[in-house]
Amino acid sequence: MTTKFEVNELQLHYGEFHALKQISLSIPERSVNALIGPSGCGKSTFLRTLNRMNDMISSVRVDGEIKLSGTNIYDTGMDVEELRKRVGMVFQQPNPFPKSIYENVAFGPRLHRKPGRKELDEIVEKSLRGASLWDEVKDDLHKSALGLSGGQQQRLCIARALAVNPEVLLMDESTSALDPISTLKIEELIQELKKDYTIVMVTHNMHQAARVSDYTTFFLNGEVIESSPTEKLFSTPVDHRTEQYITGRFG
Amino acid sequence: MSAKTANRVATIVIISVAVFIVALLAGLLGFILVRGIGHISFDFLTSAPQTIKAGGGIGPQLFNSLFLLVLTLIITVPLGVGAGIYMSEYAKPGRFTDFIRLIVEVLSSFPSIVVGLFGLLVIVNLFGLGFSLFSGALALTVFNLPLMVRITEQAIRGVPREQKEASLALGLSRWKTITSVMMPIALPTIITGTILASGRVFGEAAALLFTAGMTSPRLDFSNWNPLSPTSPLNPFRPAETLAVHIWKINSEGLAPDAAQIAAGASAVLVIVVLLFNFTARWFGRYMYKKLTASK
Ligand SMILES: Nc1ncnc2c1ncn2[C@@H]1O[C@H](COP(=O)(O)OP(=O)(O)OP(=O)(O)O)[C@@H](O)[C@H]1O
Ligand SMILES: [Mg+2]
Repeated sequence: MTTKFEVNELQLHYGEFHALKQISLSIPERSVNALIGPSGCGKSTFLRTLNRMNDMISSVRVDGEIKLSGTNIYDTGMDVEELRKRVGMVFQQPNPFPKSIYENVAFGPRLHRKPGRKELDEIVEKSLRGASLWDEVKDDLHKSALGLSGGQQQRLCIARALAVNPEVLLMDESTSALDPISTLKIEELIQELKKDYTIVMVTHNMHQAARVSDYTTFFLNGEVIESSPTEKLFSTPVDHRTEQYITGRFG
Repeated sequence: MSAKTANRVATIVIISVAVFIVALLAGLLGFILVRGIGHISFDFLTSAPQTIKAGGGIGPQLFNSLFLLVLTLIITVPLGVGAGIYMSEYAKPGRFTDFIRLIVEVLSSFPSIVVGLFGLLVIVNLFGLGFSLFSGALALTVFNLPLMVRITEQAIRGVPREQKEASLALGLSRWKTITSVMMPIALPTIITGTILASGRVFGEAAALLFTAGMTSPRLDFSNWNPLSPTSPLNPFRPAETLAVHIWKINSEGLAPDAAQIAAGASAVLVIVVLLFNFTARWFGRYMYKKLTASK
């Protein structure tokens, strides 16, 4: 299996605070990777190094390297906007724009390369289908996205990310604000998406990690304690801290 | 005194102060409106003033006030919005932005008469722009620009972080994120703020006495060539605004009905400012509904 991300000795500081310590990790292509760990251990921080969303925060300093298909995304010549097109992101709270459903999905492609009306229609349909939302909204494309339910909004956000044709999808607790049925739908969707995309997801729900992911990485205090195939990590963890965490004895 | 009595006393004090303030405002407004409203007629609003005869109107003054407002907004909106975007999105917080913020605060709280005299010295005489609408607009810019900067900065800062991040995560540049995601969300707040700020511009007198001047040339309302000296659209002609007119007839009006004209003009001024306020509120609510509700 080819490697999508190769992380080498990654360090991240928020000012004086050492948030990520010596992280080395590889993420295989077209797989679902779960990041687990107690609150504040650096899961979101790590996830946001993969599309350089941490660049927004002026106190952040990153050392080490993250290779995406072989090129270090922290190289000085890296085009961050290009990187973010390749590495899409879905957030914890559904955050559709206050525009119509159609406009939300068309937003990225339209601003990147101004496709014609017909092509745009196709992209919108394909992306909504890709996010398993098409059947529910195909008659309401021009209604406000804010009228959708939370679960639908979150799938719309997935469709919006798919519309710019990424290779990777980052999801930061993207189901934690949703009801169980919407959560299940998104979990099924993730199984579909991994045929075409590499998925890295943060989750607080151990069952979710066990259900949907192929690989699981356990973070603690800014360090990677253990990273292995999900089945192995949950059945025979090597580190006793991993075992303690997954059996619910701390965190 | 027990906590309960203290609470009751405090509540009574706060309520009486509130009632007093509301009564004072209502009384003031009522007084101005009652005294002046009888004098307002279509003729009064459109005809030119008379120097010594009765029956003059405030047409040119009303026009001047509105035109001056438009001129001021043409100068301050682009600059203020631009600076506001810079302050909220680009400037690194530090001494420089603190300094700009200090200037903004100081400028917007400057006494108007000082700005008027400054305008007379620098804009009217030094730059040689004379008593003109344009000089007046520049003087008003001194108050209005800082307000516009602050309004824009706060509106942009008020955009939810999630919206900004959603756009950046799609690979949009910072500038495109500002123009296509943040500005549309901030716009209702900016427009509401602008309309409210316009009320102050409309009612300003002291800063205009020595910049826009206290006279209007005979205006020919059929002449729309902005370069002609008798055209109402010429920004380089002197122009007495409504607020200045009220001050002038109150202090040196010769017409026998000067008192009624002053009262009528004051009522018009108050009504227009109230109108600005209500429009701003209505517009803010309308845009909010439009942005959030599903159709
Ligand atoms: N902008 C920031 N500035 C300074 N410190 C930060 C910042 N963001 C996060 N941190 C710190 O970095 C550490 C890791 O935070 P992070 O959000 O990555 O944790 P997390 O594992 O995602 O937690 P959670 O499960 O609660 O979401 C925390 O101690 C947090 O306080
Ligand atoms: Mg987090």
